[in-house]
Amino acid sequence: MKKTVKWRFALIGLAAVLSVVFLLPNTPIFKLMPEGYRTNMPDKGIILGLDLQGGIYLVFEVEGQKAVEQTIVRSSLNIKKLLDKKNLKADVKTEAANIIVTPASADVRKVIEGTYTTMIARESGGSVSYTLSDKEAKAIKDNATEQALETIRNRIDQFGVTEPVIQRQGVNELIVQLPGVKDPKRAIELIGKTAQLEFRLVDDDAPIAAEIPLSIKPAEEEELIKKYADKIPQDAELRFERHINKETNEITKKPMLLKKEIAMTGDSLSEARVAIDSRFNTPYVSITFNTEGAKLFEEVTGRYVKKRLAIILDDNIYSAPVIQEKIAGGNAQITGSYTMEEAKDLSIVLRAGSLPAPVKMHQNVTVGPSLGRDSIEAGKIASLAAFVLVASFMLVYYKLSGLIADLALTLNIFFLLGVMAAMNATLTMPGIAGIVLAIGMAVDTNVLLFERMRDELKLGKTPRSAVDSGYDKAFLTIVDSHVTTLITAAVLFQFGTGPIKGFAVTLSIGIIINLFTSLIGTKAVFDFIHTKKEVKSLSI
Amino acid sequence: MIELIKKSNYDFMGKRHIAFAVSGILSLLGILAIVAIGRGTANLGIDFAGGTAVQLKFEKPVNLHQVREAVGASGIKDAELQDMPTERKVLIIIKKQDEQAVGLSDKVIAAVEKGVAANKITVDSVSEIGPKVGKKLRVDAMWAIIASIVGILIYVGWRFQFSFSVGATAATFHDVLAVLGVFYVFGLEINLILLTALLTIAGYSLTDTVVVFDRIRENLRVMFKDPVERTINKSINEVLSRTIVTSITVLLASISLYLFGGEVIHEFALAMILGVVVGTYSSVFVASPVVLVWSGNKPLVKKS
Repeated sequence: MKKTVKWRFALIGLAAVLSVVFLLPNTPIFKLMPEGYRTNMPDKGIILGLDLQGGIYLVFEVEGQKAVEQTIVRSSLNIKKLLDKKNLKADVKTEAANIIVTPASADVRKVIEGTYTTMIARESGGSVSYTLSDKEAKAIKDNATEQALETIRNRIDQFGVTEPVIQRQGVNELIVQLPGVKDPKRAIELIGKTAQLEFRLVDDDAPIAAEIPLSIKPAEEEELIKKYADKIPQDAELRFERHINKETNEITKKPMLLKKEIAMTGDSLSEARVAIDSRFNTPYVSITFNTEGAKLFEEVTGRYVKKRLAIILDDNIYSAPVIQEKIAGGNAQITGSYTMEEAKDLSIVLRAGSLPAPVKMHQNVTVGPSLGRDSIEAGKIASLAAFVLVASFMLVYYKLSGLIADLALTLNIFFLLGVMAAMNATLTMPGIAGIVLAIGMAVDTNVLLFERMRDELKLGKTPRSAVDSGYDKAFLTIVDSHVTTLITAAVLFQFGTGPIKGFAVTLSIGIIINLFTSLIGTKAVFDFIHTKKEVKSLSI
Repeated sequence: MIELIKKSNYDFMGKRHIAFAVSGILSLLGILAIVAIGRGTANLGIDFAGGTAVQLKFEKPVNLHQVREAVGASGIKDAELQDMPTERKVLIIIKKQDEQAVGLSDKVIAAVEKGVAANKITVDSVSEIGPKVGKKLRVDAMWAIIASIVGILIYVGWRFQFSFSVGATAATFHDVLAVLGVFYVFGLEINLILLTALLTIAGYSLTDTVVVFDRIRENLRVMFKDPVERTINKSINEVLSRTIVTSITVLLASISLYLFGGEVIHEFALAMILGVVVGTYSSVFVASPVVLVWSGNKPLVKKS
């Protein structure tokens, strides 16, 4: 008997030491430890959830279908070129993810299908429509999600967030967690920007161009598009430049007729940085193309001298300067009415590259730092209050035995935190609630034991055998009463969102540890007392 | 020895008809709540319903009416406002089942900033749940409920005889329905955190039941010649004090959470308090009488 008691105390001691080691990183003492200790021993401890340290949790859907449609548009332009080269007259249009070619003559089909072997053709009413095979479309979508993840990671890294979590969920969703972000709105905008940069010619030569008003109110945009829908040339479309009057903050929009053809994209950028225009003291973004891009830019600007080239980012025209002369060297400026911060973010997204497809935000949970701090404070007070109340109750109700139970309870909480630290588990506000509930449930085990012992004592058993048979008889009841709570905790872990997972973690660890401390710990204490001397009465 | 309840001898089973009536009403409230959820008339949180919730903290005390005007002026309709005057906080909820729900918070914040320009605000929290996520959360919640029920049923069925399983299951359902029903009747929000509490209650509900059942089983072996009703009554009386004491400890913890745990888990704590109280009641007045009704009052001759 004596030997097993020793072993049990050793086990508890070991668990206590391990808990200290794992919990150390969560205390200020960790910083005082020698370098060698900090690099070789556990250094992460318990991680605070977003709801406690403040931060944002975002779920985005990558609209892979848009990437598929873009591929289709590119292919259609190539098909047009291909047919032109062979001197075949045909009308090539795109409609969602389909390329429609009229007429569907054998020659036309042969030329197209000779190059695009995997496209699926469907002929109807004198036209033939081509679409990507499901496999190809899926590959493009998949790739878009993967690329979007990389791009967003890049942007966040440059934005400067410590320990961001960016992960893929399912086929086309991305989860972004940014702890401790000070300006959530700015971060969300930065991540969500598609940042597809395009250079397109302004179609000032079209007869209709002179009729278009110079400036409109934002609300009139749709009306204007409708009004000119039938009048503008087939290869052009209406786009808008946004203006903010610095004094009145009034927003106006300047409509422009743009060629549909994209003269150049921002894919070949090598650098983008913020610079200040010394004349007006306004920020602008200076971009530099790589060698290939510089060559293309020179060619494009050479072709369009004395014409206006619009710089478009995600459907908004930033500026449309007149090209004075061919620009060599691959430098360009994106000016527009934006603040220093906006210019900075613009340079980040341009550097990090564009998203392969637009992303749509499905969920945004933002917790401000002050609410997080309040929650931590409230959690501390609630835990302490629960501990004091429960411990005092046990002490009053069960006297010395209650003290043993309180000792077990203290160890219980300590081990619970230790295990969480060892797992680098995330502590959330519901997680704190789980700890508090675990405090209440932990002593239940001892209550069941003590009540059994009281039963046995009433039957006239000696304290020693009352303890032993109390343990034996209460054992199954204790297991039964805990297992179902564990079942639901496991379910919550499986199906719960972040904070609720935290609850499931603390509650289930709490319950398992509770079985350990009361069945091994408390028993060891009782046995220890008995090995010293045969006690005459039990303080219970 | 301090004893909460000295040797007692109440006739619990004799009151089972009154108990069944009370339990029936409580369960009915829960069923009404489920019907209301199904018909979309219950007060669902935005995590299930989709929408935007913005919690703002004001520097100076704020007039709720003024905030409501400000939000309304920006063209946002159907905003629900909750005032937390002691903390100078206002919660603005807009339930919306469409794509526009995500991204609405900027508009709300700007509107309030404009409307109460003299009072500086800080954004405490924002949650925007799009219809897709709302749907996913609803489906996940459904699976969580099903998985918990199946898990508990399997365990109970494995550990107890059939009539006890029926009693334990009835008590568990009763507890969950009762708490859900109370939330519904008082118009409190039915959200993810309540679901968490309900599942926890379902798990915990069995704790008290097990304490009673274990003793009934034990006594049935000794008192197999007595009518079941007497055995059950005796058993409940014997373990009454531990049934209550185990609940008291969890109740003390839940009350601490309710009083000091802060706004985030206020409702969770409330649900737990109700759940623990109802759970204790049900182990005596639902689980045990159901066993009695199910197995009949004839002596159970079953030696093991």
